[in-house]
Amino acid sequence: MLRVLLSHWQRHPLQLATLLIGLIAATALWSGVQALNQQARTSYDRAAAALGGSRTAMLESRSGDSFAQSLFVELRRAGWPVSPLLEGRVQVGGRTLRLLGIEPLSMPIEAGTAPGITGGELQNFLTPPGQALLAPDTLNELKASAGAVLTTDAERALPPLTPQPELVPGVLVVDIGIAQHLLNKPDQLSKLLIGSADHGPRAELRSVVGDQLRYVAADDATDLERLTDSFHLNLTAFGLLSFLVGLFIVNSAIGLAFEQRRPMLRTLRACGASAAELNAVLITELLLLSLIGGLIGLIGGYFIAAALLPDVAATLRGLYGAQLPGQLSLRPSWWFAGLAISVIGALSASTASLLKASRLPVLTAAQPRAWQDAQQRWLLLQGGAALALALVGALLVWLGDSLTTGFAVLATILLGAALGLPAVLGVLLRLGERLTRRPVATWFWADSRLQLSGLSLALMALLLALGVNVGVGTMVQSFSRTFNVWLDGRLAAEVYVSAADEAQAAEIKALLRDRPQVQAVLPGVRAEVKLDGWPTDLLGFADHATYRDNWPLLQATTNSWDRLAAGDGVMVSEQLARRMKLKLGDRLQVPTPTGTWPLDIVAIYADYGNPRGQLGVGIDALVAHFPGIAQTRFGLRVAPEAVPALVSELRDRFHLDNRSLADQSLVKTESKRIFNRTFAVTNALNAFTLGIAGVALFTSLLTLSQSRLPQLAPLWALGLTRRKLALLELGKTMAMALITALLALPLGLLVAWCLIAVVNVKAFGWRLPFAVFPAELAQLLAVALLAALLAALLPIIKLLRTQPAQLVKVFADER
Amino acid sequence: MHGSHASLRQMLRIRALTKSYRSGPDRIKVLRGIDLGVGAGESVALTGESGSGKSTLLHLIAGLDQPDSGEVRFGDTVISSLPDAGRAAFRRDRLGLVFQQFNLIPSLTVSDNLAFQAKLAGRHDPDWLRELTERLGLAALTRRYPEQLSGGQQQRVAIGRALAPKPLLLLADEPTGNLDEATADEVMRLVRDLVTRSGCSFLMVTHSERLAALLDRQVHLRAGLIA
Amino acid sequence: MSANWLLSRRAFAGGLASLLLARAAHAQGFAGLGSEASGFTEVLPGRPLSFPADHGAHPDFRIEWWYLTANLTDEHGQPLGLQWTLFRQAMAPGGEDSGWSSRQMWMAHAAVTRAGSHHSAERFARGGIGQAAVTATPFNAHLDNWQLRGSEATSAASLAPLDVSAAGADFSYALKLRTERPVVLQGDRGYSKKSERGQASYYYSQPYFEAEGSVTLGGRTSAVRGHAWMDREWSSQPLASDQTGWDWFSLHLSSGDKLMLFRLRHSDGRHYFAGNWIGNDGHSTPLPADGIELTPTTETMIGERRVPTSWRIAIPGRGVALTSTPLNANSWMTTRFPYWEGPITVAGSHAGNGYLEMTGYNANGG
Repeated sequence: MLRVLLSHWQRHPLQLATLLIGLIAATALWSGVQALNQQARTSYDRAAAALGGSRTAMLESRSGDSFAQSLFVELRRAGWPVSPLLEGRVQVGGRTLRLLGIEPLSMPIEAGTAPGITGGELQNFLTPPGQALLAPDTLNELKASAGAVLTTDAERALPPLTPQPELVPGVLVVDIGIAQHLLNKPDQLSKLLIGSADHGPRAELRSVVGDQLRYVAADDATDLERLTDSFHLNLTAFGLLSFLVGLFIVNSAIGLAFEQRRPMLRTLRACGASAAELNAVLITELLLLSLIGGLIGLIGGYFIAAALLPDVAATLRGLYGAQLPGQLSLRPSWWFAGLAISVIGALSASTASLLKASRLPVLTAAQPRAWQDAQQRWLLLQGGAALALALVGALLVWLGDSLTTGFAVLATILLGAALGLPAVLGVLLRLGERLTRRPVATWFWADSRLQLSGLSLALMALLLALGVNVGVGTMVQSFSRTFNVWLDGRLAAEVYVSAADEAQAAEIKALLRDRPQVQAVLPGVRAEVKLDGWPTDLLGFADHATYRDNWPLLQATTNSWDRLAAGDGVMVSEQLARRMKLKLGDRLQVPTPTGTWPLDIVAIYADYGNPRGQLGVGIDALVAHFPGIAQTRFGLRVAPEAVPALVSELRDRFHLDNRSLADQSLVKTESKRIFNRTFAVTNALNAFTLGIAGVALFTSLLTLSQSRLPQLAPLWALGLTRRKLALLELGKTMAMALITALLALPLGLLVAWCLIAVVNVKAFGWRLPFAVFPAELAQLLAVALLAALLAALLPIIKLLRTQPAQLVKVFADER
Repeated sequence: MHGSHASLRQMLRIRALTKSYRSGPDRIKVLRGIDLGVGAGESVALTGESGSGKSTLLHLIAGLDQPDSGEVRFGDTVISSLPDAGRAAFRRDRLGLVFQQFNLIPSLTVSDNLAFQAKLAGRHDPDWLRELTERLGLAALTRRYPEQLSGGQQQRVAIGRALAPKPLLLLADEPTGNLDEATADEVMRLVRDLVTRSGCSFLMVTHSERLAALLDRQVHLRAGLIA
Repeated sequence: MSANWLLSRRAFAGGLASLLLARAAHAQGFAGLGSEASGFTEVLPGRPLSFPADHGAHPDFRIEWWYLTANLTDEHGQPLGLQWTLFRQAMAPGGEDSGWSSRQMWMAHAAVTRAGSHHSAERFARGGIGQAAVTATPFNAHLDNWQLRGSEATSAASLAPLDVSAAGADFSYALKLRTERPVVLQGDRGYSKKSERGQASYYYSQPYFEAEGSVTLGGRTSAVRGHAWMDREWSSQPLASDQTGWDWFSLHLSSGDKLMLFRLRHSDGRHYFAGNWIGNDGHSTPLPADGIELTPTTETMIGERRVPTSWRIAIPGRGVALTSTPLNANSWMTTRFPYWEGPITVAGSHAGNGYLEMTGYNANGG
């Protein structure tokens, strides 16, 4: 029986291809996105579990700065199972790497993802010249080979490079003593990891180190996970969308195959096959196909993930500082999940057909009562569902407050629009039919309406893809425009300097005093705190016109800068304000080493792209509350033409690298580059989705074209040339695509609004001004029509090439 | 009307018409030199065994296909040498076509189907159409779609559609082939009446001697030649 | 052959670093640890030991330890044993450096043994930063919070009084060690040969400690008292390559005499025997190798290992014929480099107790 059913595909290879394309596309995009997410999560886990990661409890100085090594010895001697860690950054060949100095002997086993140093390599790691462990990816990026001895940009020799596959990329692991030398921090530590192994009784922390260190408990959810959550939700949402579009194709292909095999199924039933048997065979067939499609889709997914990985990695690095290895490594679970989703998708996409098959009567009334009625009913049903979804969406906007509801709103909008599309198209086409008198034109509209049922799924896919494209495009453009203006406000100083230590900072300042071209030196201090468990930066502002004139405030009280200077006012970044539901005039309690610091909120400012919270306070007050905090950063106001000379002078004189010395334009370029890559993945997925919609349209048209001849032959016999018929057919497709695309524009703007006003706010904590970009819209319209044209081309060419004999046969053949 | 055939003006003249089809490696000669004339207002039945070439001849006359040699002349126009577009215009303006099946445009209502060719040819005559609709018994069905009609009803719409532009020649290929005998007879009577009423020539392919006998003249085809 | 033949107390071969590495293959191979003690100070006969200086560390020698064992009884008269050991190993010659660049590596082991349980713990540290160190005056040996510490009152001759303490996950102890008697030189006036081919160490002991203090096990603290024995040894030369392990006894005899015996096992079965008889008067005499008989009598399976835990000990020249019985046959040190170390009692010609250490008993009989 299975063979009989499968023979259908043999006779309709195109239909089989359609079905498989749908399955493959759905599985590929979904599993590709999953692979990216999995890759990222794995590396967060590894980073967290690795040295200095948050999976280990630790001790830190209250200010977050480094502290004296003697505290380590005192704690060990008081029974604390601590292990020292020194973190910092080094520049090698212009690349910034995170340098981790570890002490392998005392390192807790659970933090010991410092590989290779538990085995025979310990001796080599510890004894001069030591080793610099790094991920193979990073070794490649440095264009070095194992054993190479590189020099940092500060002219200090690194130990020979030793690749370790287990390490996260972008990190150099060296012995603590070597790290102290490389970072020029003799006898200084950044953290003490606390092993979980029971070392017996230990003295109370305060009795050993007083207030100098604070205990940071091990954390299950890492900061990285928290910060990148929304990014991954975004990815997942797009993966899901593509998956659904792919299922549209599967659904239409299976539906068509079922319709065509109806007589065959009826014959089988008449021959004595039970409905249950038939269903079992149909499901077996579906499983077979979905496994094949799923497998190919998984391979496709792998390649998609591999292709997108650099952008995802760059985004995560740029935005969140998360390091992803450049090589995909996939768990077996990924393959199983991919196959499962393919099977589940195929089954759910064909539920309707399977149900129909199980209810198929052995005997049937001659001709099923008019597609018109059925279609009418169906359209009403879908329209009703669309309205209901719109209602739910509105309700969610009204009531919802989370990112998930944000996406749910998006989903209801998109799904509602998709379901409503056939009804709207039906109404429009009927309107067109009413408004024409000429026979060909009447036929044009009427026949479009007839084709609607066959094309509606593809058109829905097109609508979804276009809607999302318009939506995301508008959001990205809005963001881009806002971001550029905002960046100008944020980066008002011409040059930014970060000295290695206070002594160097003093030297630099002394030098700058002698330079008349330097109009102002704006000190900047940065401290870290946690508010509501969220990592938050405290910025100290000097009381200067540069900030007053440029800082991008969204809301402010009249005397906000004065309050800041007075030390009792605070400016809050938009994201933090939203997260903590803060408004102007609220009082914020900021934990500091010197106790809680009560501050009144005097302004809220935009802080796009920053996953961490941020507070702006007066610099003097900040220093008072964080005694001993490093005052090594400052911004310089310099006449623009004097910048290059000054920068090169500072660089040469103080050996400052790109990280420590940056002119405004450099920072802006870098920020914009990071920004652009942030949406590179979204754009790529968008393009994929649009591509799949194009394929859906193409396959739908192709399958339709097979049943088109009997509908076109009478027209041809009545005196329409094949050429004209082909043009009319093309025109119909283009008209429907155009209408769909035009409908997609308002839908897309709605999606953009939803992204900007709901999803972005929840995901990132900022809201952008909404803007419409007509040129973009026109361009996308053109792309949509081009896609429709490409999709329609092959069927049209087939029609043009149809021989009269084939057309004539329609009238005589017994069908 | 039943005068000497020679005295009638020849509406359609066919000379030395041949046509062959490729079938695998062979060429099958379907028509091997047909000569035939049909006078204005004359109704001719084209009979013959299955495969005798009668449908092919009809298709060549309608300009749906092109002959290998010979010519089909309609009035002063040599149909067989017209380009695709010319033949399409010829069909639209001069001919009425009725086939065994799939005559109708499924997306259009009965009334739109009926008026389609007349409007296309620019010869829409509402009165004539109304008369046709009445006489074909379709008045109650005008808002229906072809799918919603019985086979006999569909063929009646096809005949109405073909006659609505007042063609000079009505070509029919087994127009009642899918119908039962009673319905077929009823439909044939209607065709003959309406053809007479509109004054056009009528050429019908049929394998039924009974139906052929209803027309003015019978031409029998055997193995690609007029017997 | 696996790691632990190089293991431990009198580990001449690999020493601490290779212990940390757990890689026998590296033991002979890596820098500075070839078959010669290149760059380190050599152990030569005739060097007089001098105190208090020699109580402290000798960074110019490759390896060194402070090794304390104690046989105690608690307030209920139940016997228990206790171990406190600090090892020093130089990864490369060149003496002492301060800071992380120090070549000195430190390892400490501590254990408490009762008839029914054995608890052990270990610690590691690098020299140069103060986490682990040994100073001679005032005497102080420590790694983390484990320490063996003297005071102003500590005498150079007797290395007493001292306080010793250590803690692990499930045990801790703190003892006072007192004695008026001077330390005892082992071997030939402190020069102790380890093979016929010249391997040797400097070796002295303090076998006369009276110990008193408290031991906490499973949250319960007991007052304990008894006697303790400390070994001090340092060397630069590796073990001979065919030496596979050793069996080492330190015995307090009821006669007041002390006995130190060891057997370095050779792969060909010709073992190297040595020992010292320390008379009640404190006089230490090396025993002739052919005058020592050590015979395993009972073997205990510890995991996959077959370990001889009861012995017959005979020194015919001294009228000594003893059988030794472990307090706990499972006195297995589950440290990164495992070995057997535990309290024993002896009976026969003399009654007494002491400690036995055995290394090189591997899973496959190697």
